[in-house]
Amino acid sequence: MKIKLFLLGIAFALVSNISWAGCGFTNVTEVRSLSNSFDAWKAVTEAMSECGNVTATLDSEFKDKQPDAFAANPSLYEIGGVSGSTITPLLNAGTIRPLDDLVAKYGQNLNPNQLIKIDGKIMGIAMSVNNQHLMYRKDIFDNLGIAEPKTHDDVLAAAEKIKAANVVDYPFGAAYKSGWNLAEEFVNMYLGNGGEFFGDGNAPAINNAAGVKSLETMKKLTAYMDPEYLTSDSTYAQKQMQQEKIAMAYLWATRAGAMDNAEESKVVGKIVMASAPMGDVRPASTLWWDGIVIAKNISDAKADAAFKVAMEGLDTEMVTANNDDAVWLITGFNPGPSAAGASATAANGAAPYPSGSRMGVMHTALGNGIADFLTGKKDAASALADIEAAYTSAAKEKGLM
Amino acid sequence: MKKRDFYFFVVPSLLMMFLFIAVPLAIVFKQSFYITQNVFEKVEVETCTPGFLKQICQTKIETKPKLDENGNVIEVTDFVGFENYKNLLQINKFKNAVYNLSLYEIEKINFWKAFRFTISFCLITLPLVIFLGLLIALTVNNLTRSIKGPVIFISLLPFIITPIIGALAIRWLFVGEGILTALLEYLMQKDIAMFANAWTLELLMIIYRVWHVAPFAFIVFYAGLQTVNKEILESAVIDGANRFERLRYIIIPHLMPLIIFVSLIHLMDSYRVFEEIVAFSSQAYVISLQWLTYDFLIPDDTGNRLINRASTSAMLTMVGVSIIITPLLKRTWEDYREGKL
Repeated sequence: MKIKLFLLGIAFALVSNISWAGCGFTNVTEVRSLSNSFDAWKAVTEAMSECGNVTATLDSEFKDKQPDAFAANPSLYEIGGVSGSTITPLLNAGTIRPLDDLVAKYGQNLNPNQLIKIDGKIMGIAMSVNNQHLMYRKDIFDNLGIAEPKTHDDVLAAAEKIKAANVVDYPFGAAYKSGWNLAEEFVNMYLGNGGEFFGDGNAPAINNAAGVKSLETMKKLTAYMDPEYLTSDSTYAQKQMQQEKIAMAYLWATRAGAMDNAEESKVVGKIVMASAPMGDVRPASTLWWDGIVIAKNISDAKADAAFKVAMEGLDTEMVTANNDDAVWLITGFNPGPSAAGASATAANGAAPYPSGSRMGVMHTALGNGIADFLTGKKDAASALADIEAAYTSAAKEKGLM
Repeated sequence: MKKRDFYFFVVPSLLMMFLFIAVPLAIVFKQSFYITQNVFEKVEVETCTPGFLKQICQTKIETKPKLDENGNVIEVTDFVGFENYKNLLQINKFKNAVYNLSLYEIEKINFWKAFRFTISFCLITLPLVIFLGLLIALTVNNLTRSIKGPVIFISLLPFIITPIIGALAIRWLFVGEGILTALLEYLMQKDIAMFANAWTLELLMIIYRVWHVAPFAFIVFYAGLQTVNKEILESAVIDGANRFERLRYIIIPHLMPLIIFVSLIHLMDSYRVFEEIVAFSSQAYVISLQWLTYDFLIPDDTGNRLINRASTSAMLTMVGVSIIITPLLKRTWEDYREGKL
């Protein structure tokens, strides 16, 4: 009996060590990854774990840890999950390695579109794209005879009709939470209206007609939102949509899949994903990507193993199993209705998020300053002037100006 | 106790306090007079990022920190005197606002907006905490022995709950679709948005803080009530003193050192009000000094943070706490000198 138990134990130990069917090889080098925590990262890190010896940390506060963790020697993580903006501190500090040779060795299945190139060198591998776009309730729009909104004015007109019909609590919702979210909404609007953030010598340049117009559009939209919009993050807006409280929203493409998840949504099959409304120049949205980077301060052998594991996490098999978790860039992705909004927004010419050190400072200043305009404490021009002053003071302290 | 034994007991704790309180404090103090910067250079960078179907390549002049030959970011630290303090306090704007006697203008400057809230929060919650704590203590003291235990236990619960959890619980009760908001809306027959006004948010914060801290005041006062001289109370009854007079002339003077103690602790804690701001996501309407420090300290997406300004803000918070508790300390010191303690 004891012998049997012993053998069983050994069998289990073996099973947990050998590679799973999902991975083509057995990984023997310890590989650690640090990334954000949402469905797409869960799917990717689980697929990587199938190779064995992979420890994945998924943390929504990852950006506070990542720069220091990668600056350590040896780096505390081999693989980093980054986005279009969180790759910047790693690039600036030079703590991630060029991947050209690794891509040549193991990256046969990658699309050219996935390679993040800085000055011609591959510094990261993108897995998915993300942007904010319009989502609306098809049933309500059809009942009231409203066509799909193409511009902010269309959105406002639709909101007015929905408000008059009194079919939902509030016609509109968005992630207007004071801070990062609110600043992102302004960045979308402002770039959509053709604005430029900086002038000569990194001086701020937002106090202009495009800036005022963007703020005013935002304020007009808030009239149709839950009055507590300044505490509403993406998750809150997503739940408002799922629970039939609102009829349309500007939300991230990563939230689209959840609308059709019957376990948490009352509006399965009723939501249409459409392009972000057009500003004066391009859609009021910015293009983001998520992907992986490999640390510099590790041995080449470790980097080799980490990259090989990462490629397993980003393969077609993973995409097929998790098709609706993101707008994947990986071969095998089948763009369903939930990806329609993201692709329409990109096709209409939305700009990439203009990441960089100065943009980080600007984003913070915007996030802290816009609320005073929306609550009526300041007019648009003086709010923008104060944001510029806050940016200037912080940028000077950082040595940017 | 022999002097030698006394030092033997005290030295480890003094050493710890020196290492973990005095040294960091000195470093923060020093940092508030310096600025640490990266050395930036402008470089032309071609960046290719994914579009939906094909790549988007952009060539832009980027401002990037310079690296030394070992690949480390170069940092320079300069002495700047009171520059950080000037930046934070915005003295000129503040002077103008004071000159115009405009509270509205003052509220537009972050530091003074935070200061206004922090001070009023301290001064409003203090009497409420003392009063409520005393009320519960007197009530519990007059209960029959059999139910005293359970009542004390239940009264202490709010104090046991982790502050951030307690504040989140209040948020969920009162947020747009919250159960208490729904009840209020039903009773008052109108739409209520507690988290869309500065004054409702401040009210909720005050209610929450009083609810959270009153048990502490209660348990301290309750302990004090056990030592009130029964004979004096009995003779007061014989002399015809009513309940209020006994409270006014015997119990409160007896509890005075404890009231001062509770006030001291409460002022020090509430000057650092922070959890409420985070849990209620109230930064669009209400911010506190401690939150301001935190906001400077949190890096943005690209890794920038304002360490020096955070140090300045932390120093000013410490100065503020010291000033606000001075009257109470002075009174304790006088009592001590007069031999009352």
